[in-house]
Amino acid sequence: MSRARSRTYKTSGVVLRQYPLGEADRIVSILTPDLGKVRAVAKGVRRPNGRLRGHLDLTNVVDFAAAYGRNLDVITEAALRNDHPGSREDLTRLSHSIYVCEIADLFSQERSASRALYLLVEETLEALGEVDDPWLVGRWYEQRVLDVTGFRPQLEHCVECDSTLEPGDHVLDLAAGGVLCPKCRGLGVGQKVQVSESAMRVLRYLQRTEKIVNLGKPTLNDGLRNEVERISSRYIRSIVERDIRSAEFARRASSI
Amino acid sequence: MTSPGVYTVAPIARLIEEFSKLPGIGPKSAQRLAFHLIRMPEQHAHELAAAIIGVKDSVAMCSRCFNLTEDDPCDICADPGRDPQRICVVEEALDVLALERTHSYRGLYHVLHGAISPMNGVGPDHLKIQPLLHRLSSEEVQEIILATNPNVEGDATAMYIHGLISPLGVSVTRPARGLPVGGDLEYADESTLGRAIEGRQVF
Repeated sequence: MSRARSRTYKTSGVVLRQYPLGEADRIVSILTPDLGKVRAVAKGVRRPNGRLRGHLDLTNVVDFAAAYGRNLDVITEAALRNDHPGSREDLTRLSHSIYVCEIADLFSQERSASRALYLLVEETLEALGEVDDPWLVGRWYEQRVLDVTGFRPQLEHCVECDSTLEPGDHVLDLAAGGVLCPKCRGLGVGQKVQVSESAMRVLRYLQRTEKIVNLGKPTLNDGLRNEVERISSRYIRSIVERDIRSAEFARRASSI
Repeated sequence: MTSPGVYTVAPIARLIEEFSKLPGIGPKSAQRLAFHLIRMPEQHAHELAAAIIGVKDSVAMCSRCFNLTEDDPCDICADPGRDPQRICVVEEALDVLALERTHSYRGLYHVLHGAISPMNGVGPDHLKIQPLLHRLSSEEVQEIILATNPNVEGDATAMYIHGLISPLGVSVTRPARGLPVGGDLEYADESTLGRAIEGRQVF
């Protein structure tokens, strides 16, 4: 005998995205550990006396209950668990938190659970409220997202012939998802990005650092930072096939 | 969803379609409004049509504060009784109305026409931030009140503007945050309650 599916559910998640809807409502995208990304309507959330107001803001971690809907679910209850106060008063940290949410939104699927991605997002947002170098956390997060979603770039061996890469400048083939050795540099039809030896060292370091607590405080000059960011950004853009809109704001926010 | 196209009377279908474009109006509400208009006296319908055309023809932005106005500068900017040394920065023209209803503020305004929303493609250059900086350099302003909405996008906008104007030596304030008047403490979210406790005042 089949049991009827419950019409409501309870879980927790990180608010990744929101859009205004009608007079006082919002559509929110919430990344959950057990249901993947959920899109739901939060009714009355924009009113000062709305019951859900304050709980469902961008980057917040919330416990919530929702009713399944035909197109969108409807949030019936929400309770704030963490609004990352360390990031709310600092523009650089806040802009990087928004970037973290946009990347998670692009790499997550509706109703397709990824506990690893959820834990990564939660851990990164928490860390951004505390660390001295949000930029480094942002670049580490990019490599971890690529890892847990199956897009980890091959930086140790040539992606064509599998030979071990010698120290030196290299070329990243965006379509092949990895670095080419000097012999294979002419192969491949995808777009290629130059990677200096220093940038390669930083990218490998970020890729090998699985836990954020193990992320040290490497001294990187502005030129190297720009190069690492540009390489990661080009690689991610080639996967999601669009610009990461909040990246530009994070850069501007860091410069004022 | 009922398509407006099911109506064979073309003017009614067109009216329903136009109403459907308004915020918060779905196809059903659009149908109700359209049939209400058909039943209303002809004079009322003409007055409504004239009001819609009038608002589009005569309302523009104030060149100083970017509030919506019939005259330039707007009534608030032109009022000599206002304190020109205080500028309250808000996201939308509707926020000016909300603040005016309090009768607690007698300074001037600056309407940004939005908030920074990087994920939705709204950056600082899409807002009236540069004209605000121009005002600060050309007017004698002592205080800027950043009254953007108390959410992530409003906070990001306020912090961005604060970063730009802090070198100018102008005092920058934000409205207090806390419990809504008439609300129950038990329903307040932790964030609001926490800020209310932080911003408590001597009784």
